[in-house]
Amino acid sequence: MIDVKHLHKNFGSLEVLKDVSLHVDKGEVVAIIGPSGSGKSTLLRSINLLETPTSGEIVVDGITVTDKQTSASALRQKVGMVFQHFNLFSHMTVMKNMTYAPVKTKRLSKAEAQEKAMKLLERVGMSDKANVYPATLSGGQKQRVAIARALAMDPEVILFDEPTSALDPEMVTEVLEVIKELADTGITMLLVTHEMGFAKEVADRIIFMDDGVILEDASPEEFFANPKTARARDFLDKML
Amino acid sequence: MNLDFSVMPQYFGYLANATTITLQVTLYALFFGFVLAVPLAFMKLSRFRLLRWITSFYTAVFRGVPLLVQLMIVYFGVPQITGGNFTPLQASTIALSLNSAAYLSETLRGGIMAVDIGQREAAMALGVSQFAIMKDIVIPQALKSTLPGLVNEMINLLKNTSLVSCISLVDLTRAAQLIVSRTYRAFEPYLVIAVVYFIMVEILTLISLRIERWVNISDRR
Repeated sequence: MIDVKHLHKNFGSLEVLKDVSLHVDKGEVVAIIGPSGSGKSTLLRSINLLETPTSGEIVVDGITVTDKQTSASALRQKVGMVFQHFNLFSHMTVMKNMTYAPVKTKRLSKAEAQEKAMKLLERVGMSDKANVYPATLSGGQKQRVAIARALAMDPEVILFDEPTSALDPEMVTEVLEVIKELADTGITMLLVTHEMGFAKEVADRIIFMDDGVILEDASPEEFFANPKTARARDFLDKML
Repeated sequence: MNLDFSVMPQYFGYLANATTITLQVTLYALFFGFVLAVPLAFMKLSRFRLLRWITSFYTAVFRGVPLLVQLMIVYFGVPQITGGNFTPLQASTIALSLNSAAYLSETLRGGIMAVDIGQREAAMALGVSQFAIMKDIVIPQALKSTLPGLVNEMINLLKNTSLVSCISLVDLTRAAQLIVSRTYRAFEPYLVIAVVYFIMVEILTLISLRIERWVNISDRR
């Protein structure tokens, strides 16, 4: 489903990704963990072209992302994204947030889009808030709407960029539950997270990154029980 | 005290016509100024240096030269070069539009920059085109935050129209001047138009407060 080959990304003279290669199968749930500044988010954001790779190749579901001819919008319709800071459109109601992109890009009728949005909102437990503006919602509620909004595009892959890092502790669980349910549906997921317990529970694979390099790529059991690198051991000691 | 307002009522119809001219120039200039200001604001934020350079030059010129001089150049100067003629209304609309576009584009640029980058990224991640993102996400949010600045510009524009009296367009100010020359009384006509200007500005302010309250519905918690 996702193939990353020899990916490099520089911000000016700073090399954030150093020759990263990664393969993700359809339906796999992959958690990317590692210290701040290790390049996790940049890797994730490169997959839907929010960052332009300096060199290397990314292929998503047969589309060569890194090809200059590739339409970014066509790619992004297949790849959903959930952000740390939710990024709900602040001037639109929850319902409008849900229907805006499907109506705009998939040529869905407004009624069709609304019907679908309502089902998705029910799924994340937010159907009673369809007509309010994001400002009235708690962080956890915003993130659940953001997840539903990404799903409204019927993505093949969904990217989570630290989805619980900006939440108050008591709201983390409600969001993780929604993500976990989603993982069980068989959608392909890439998840950058600092929630070690959660990564262990839902992920099929753990990717450990440090300093722009993938240091470990293992099953959760293996990674958490005996990490191979000293850097990962050190990181886990600090996290757990 | 030498004050006699009894000379005024016979000129009220005349002043009413002049008021519509003032409003007409204001609305035209506001409309064309805004239409011009939106692309200017985006050009100022462009990644192409040439576009940025052109637009900062534009702003520098129209902010750096007195509006009255700009009016004179358009009305008296340009026909000398082109051979054609502008009516006073056309010349006023052109000069005021170009001038207010310079100010409005600065206000809009600030508003566009203030829109959280995450809003744009979220729309991008949903596969929305750049044009639609600007139209549906960035501009509405930018307008909201720039509304007070835009109203300020509108008020300035309305008052600046008094300068068109110098190119023989019979706006409120010019009308008052003509009444003065006919009645030999200055205080009464000028006081009357001062009140008219003041009332128009107050009405604008009230309307804008209404609009502000309405567009800020989404911020209510």
